[in-house]
Amino acid sequence: MARQFLSGNEAFAYGVRLARPQVISAYPITPQTIVVEKLSEFVEDGSLKSEFIHVESEHSALSCAMGASSVGARAFTATSSQGLLYMAECLPYAAGGRFPIVMMNANRSTALPWNIYGDQRDSLSQLDSGWIQAYAENAQEALDLALMSFYIAEHKRVSTPFMANLDGFVLTHTYEVVDVPTAQQADEFLPPFETENKMSLTKPKNLGFSAGPDTNTFFKYKEHTGLLNVKETVTEAESRFESIFGRHYSGLTESYRTDDADYILITLGSISGLVREIVDSLRDMGERVGLLRIRYMRPFPNEEIADAVKNAKAVGVLEKDISFGNEGTVYTNVNSALQKAGISIPTSDYIGGLGGRNISPGEIENIFEELKQEKSAVKFLGIEVR
Amino acid sequence: MKEIIWHGRGGQGAFTAARILGEAYSLSENTFVLAFPSFGPERRGAPIRAFTKLDEKPIGNRSEITKADYSIFLDDTLFSEQAFDELKPDGKIILNTKKKIDDERVVTIDGDSIAEKYLGLPITNTILLGALAAVSGYVPLDNIIEAVRRTMPPRLHEKNIAAVRAAYEEAGK
Repeated sequence: MARQFLSGNEAFAYGVRLARPQVISAYPITPQTIVVEKLSEFVEDGSLKSEFIHVESEHSALSCAMGASSVGARAFTATSSQGLLYMAECLPYAAGGRFPIVMMNANRSTALPWNIYGDQRDSLSQLDSGWIQAYAENAQEALDLALMSFYIAEHKRVSTPFMANLDGFVLTHTYEVVDVPTAQQADEFLPPFETENKMSLTKPKNLGFSAGPDTNTFFKYKEHTGLLNVKETVTEAESRFESIFGRHYSGLTESYRTDDADYILITLGSISGLVREIVDSLRDMGERVGLLRIRYMRPFPNEEIADAVKNAKAVGVLEKDISFGNEGTVYTNVNSALQKAGISIPTSDYIGGLGGRNISPGEIENIFEELKQEKSAVKFLGIEVR
Repeated sequence: MKEIIWHGRGGQGAFTAARILGEAYSLSENTFVLAFPSFGPERRGAPIRAFTKLDEKPIGNRSEITKADYSIFLDDTLFSEQAFDELKPDGKIILNTKKKIDDERVVTIDGDSIAEKYLGLPITNTILLGALAAVSGYVPLDNIIEAVRRTMPPRLHEKNIAAVRAAYEEAGK
């Protein structure tokens, strides 16, 4: 391995190169642009042998990746925000077709008002599309996730496309020290893509077909169980990853100082680093607080969340999205997990970081302070409603 | 944690300096760095800021630096009394200027003259980086030079390395 100083986008591109996708189809959009630029440089300089297809839109980018996957090629694409929404028609297509495409999404606000900065409304609006959804915290995790995503998506029991999310700018454009594995190590970790779900002259079959009312439910049930199978496959991939690269990951969630915590803040993505620091400083002052970081939104870690918060007095969710007319989507999902597990404690939703707005250390300290009141509430950070 | 704010105008290379410093620090083992620009509209000539955070343990806080150990001004037209508000108690300002400033918190360097001599352009980002290395002792000069080689296009290496050395000597006096 070699230490390198890379941005989140660059780190992800290095991870994709190690995975050797045979086809990359992409259309540039801020703040995703650098990942596909970097990959095009790798193809140009010969360090990645891949068919790089510069398509005319995001809709075509994913359609093209589906075509590649349907002949058994490992396929990659990347997008962000309006680009993800423009390819929305193709998302359930790829999932229902069981094409294990990997896509990086640079989390960015959705219009209007027009805004190029980071929040998670783009990917969270597509939770029901049938894709695996993971959220990286830092550039190292982004690189490692790039490599692991192909292993998980392509596993026979999963065969489902994978959306790896990086917070726009704060993660995609920030430079960090990253360990870049060698190609030899990566090859040891990730086997070549093999699938029965492809067009073949020797084993001809029908792909992309219709399924009427009598059979449709069975396909959807299989699609659902494929996603549920991700959990054991993540565990398998991470233990294999650790044995080769020495870095540990903790499955669908990461819990930090939650064991004896009275108040736990649940979040996802790059803001978790700041929350972890605040947890440490409040712990130093004797406060029993903890962090639960959601690493995978689909499949949703119902059991992991219930287990981590079962002894807490109150739980907060900090998320960069809002499902207008209701509440943050992460909050809805967390409440469902607690209800199913019979855990009845106050939960509060904090909607912050919209359109790239900074979330300050003081705001996170304040959230923990408010959780002590043990009342449920839905709030927008930085907006006082009287 | 060591925190450095870079002030410049769009096109003066403030973020490049923030990155080179981060790269230079990362050349030593057990180091952690975040380097990023202020995320906002970018135009040539408009004031921009960039940030470098250096530590020996992982850095979780990705937000902009509000109190710096060093606040660096590539352009003295951006400098005002407000600059002192964003310093830690022992924080210092490194200012590119021909003026004399009578304040022990401010280190001045005539970066423009060094830039004219070595680069032939009024671009002072690597010069202020050399000055920071000399004044702060955060990073050895050799690491800065290696980071210039890794970060900048090859045609800029020798000129900028000469400028970094000159600034390092000047600021170290």
